Amino acid sequence: MLIRQPDGILPSDITPPEIYRERRRFMQGMGALAAGAVLGVAPEAQAGAKLAGVHASAYNLDEEKTPFKDVTTYNNFYEFGTGKADPAENAGSLKTRPWTVAVEGEVGNPRIYDIETLLKLAPLEERVYRLRCVEGWSMVIPWVGFPLREIIRRAAPTGNARYVEFVTLNDPRQMPGQRSRVLDWPYVEGLRMDEAMHPLTLLTVGLYGEVLPNQNGAPIRLVVPWKYGFKSAKSIVKIRFVEKQPLTAWMAAAPDEYGFYSNVNPQVDHPRWSQAKERRIGEFFKRDTLMFNGYGPQVAQMYRGMDLKKYF
Amino acid sequence: MTAALRNPKIWIFGICLLPLLRLIVLGGSGGLGANPIEFITHSTGTWILVGLMVTLSVTPLRRLTGRAELIRYRRMLGLFTFFYACLHFITYVWLDQFFDPAAIAKDIIKRPFITVGFSAFVLLVPLAATSTHAMMRRLGRHWQSLHRLIYLVAILGVIHYGWLVKKDLTQPLIYGAVLALLLAMRMTWGVMLLQLARSRFVPARS
Repeated sequence: MLIRQPDGILPSDITPPEIYRERRRFMQGMGALAAGAVLGVAPEAQAGAKLAGVHASAYNLDEEKTPFKDVTTYNNFYEFGTGKADPAENAGSLKTRPWTVAVEGEVGNPRIYDIETLLKLAPLEERVYRLRCVEGWSMVIPWVGFPLREIIRRAAPTGNARYVEFVTLNDPRQMPGQRSRVLDWPYVEGLRMDEAMHPLTLLTVGLYGEVLPNQNGAPIRLVVPWKYGFKSAKSIVKIRFVEKQPLTAWMAAAPDEYGFYSNVNPQVDHPRWSQAKERRIGEFFKRDTLMFNGYGPQVAQMYRGMDLKKYF
Repeated sequence: MTAALRNPKIWIFGICLLPLLRLIVLGGSGGLGANPIEFITHSTGTWILVGLMVTLSVTPLRRLTGRAELIRYRRMLGLFTFFYACLHFITYVWLDQFFDPAAIAKDIIKRPFITVGFSAFVLLVPLAATSTHAMMRRLGRHWQSLHRLIYLVAILGVIHYGWLVKKDLTQPLIYGAVLALLLAMRMTWGVMLLQLARSRFVPARS
């Protein structure tokens, strides 16, 4: 049998670099997809993935941002344990896909949103907010999300809707901290209608331009910057419009220590510790806590005439 | 040298320094986390409670094992507990409040958990000051009565911890249970000794 030796490699045989680079990218993409399939999550939904189409916003601060590492390793998220490092260690068991959020109660358009739909509901914007924990520490975090009012508007609340209740996922298999009765699960939080409609109230899906890490409340959480951190419910599965003021998880746990409003207020102390100052994570000296966490000009009018010592 | 290494006191001394060494190493390598001052406060606080429990278990252990020489290590354990209490207090005064006398005074008066913790620290001072042999001789019988204050210090310490946690009482309750056991053992022995004395028996071992 005669085998004809090719006398050379034709230029047309050589794969142009842009093609083979494309192939490599494709293969890498397939690898990531396979890994995502094993984990049950599409790659673009995983923590660490860049969020596309995030707009800058006017909500910025002239204060240094808390490093990403501190924001994602020093957390209060009792569903994953009561220690500050517990959420970062244990939240890997939370599955953020598939995920739905039920919008229900006193509304004209009740609806169950798929998380992918929610992510495209309104333009995503970055907002740098202060976060003040009721324990006396604070951070500055660049969140990504859209105003909660975007959902409220679409839900068309009835005249009976005076409060909004937020419910966190209740699944001890995914949230090992729920095997302990430290709080009455599921975690429930709430806002008055005008607070929920306020332009500062952010439905949040990311931080530092990336998909929200599980320990920070993935896949979707609330951020209410003028209130203590625990008011901002994490890993939300239900948004309910109601007539009566909801009984929140912390009010049920310790009614004399945690009120419904829980606005940041340096003049109203926690029964066991002072709220006059706070330690900004990363700073040595404590700094003075600001009324409404510095958002007084935007939110104070909602509480005009209210005794903030009584409605703490 | 080898004789020194055979002395358990050297080993206990070294072990008691480990919590401090850990803080220094973590501090040097940035391992104290996002809130280092909180970390140091909680860590020294933990070791004070552990120190109190270990110091208070010397007597029960001595009685259970019959090894009278254990008493020789008790003073060092107590003094290390005081040492960590000083670190805890300094962390609060210096790192946490930054020597703000008004804020500290207000805290001590207004915050029950700080009132209790501060009282426990103050009560530890005379115990550390009278820990020498000379003071023991000078105080005689009164030395033991004075040093029974340690029971109160330990109770205040556990209350201090229980009062400051936001919600999860698991850890303070564990310390509380251990302390209750250690104190109950003393009460049982006290009752037994009383009964023995009444029936004119002399206890075999003191």
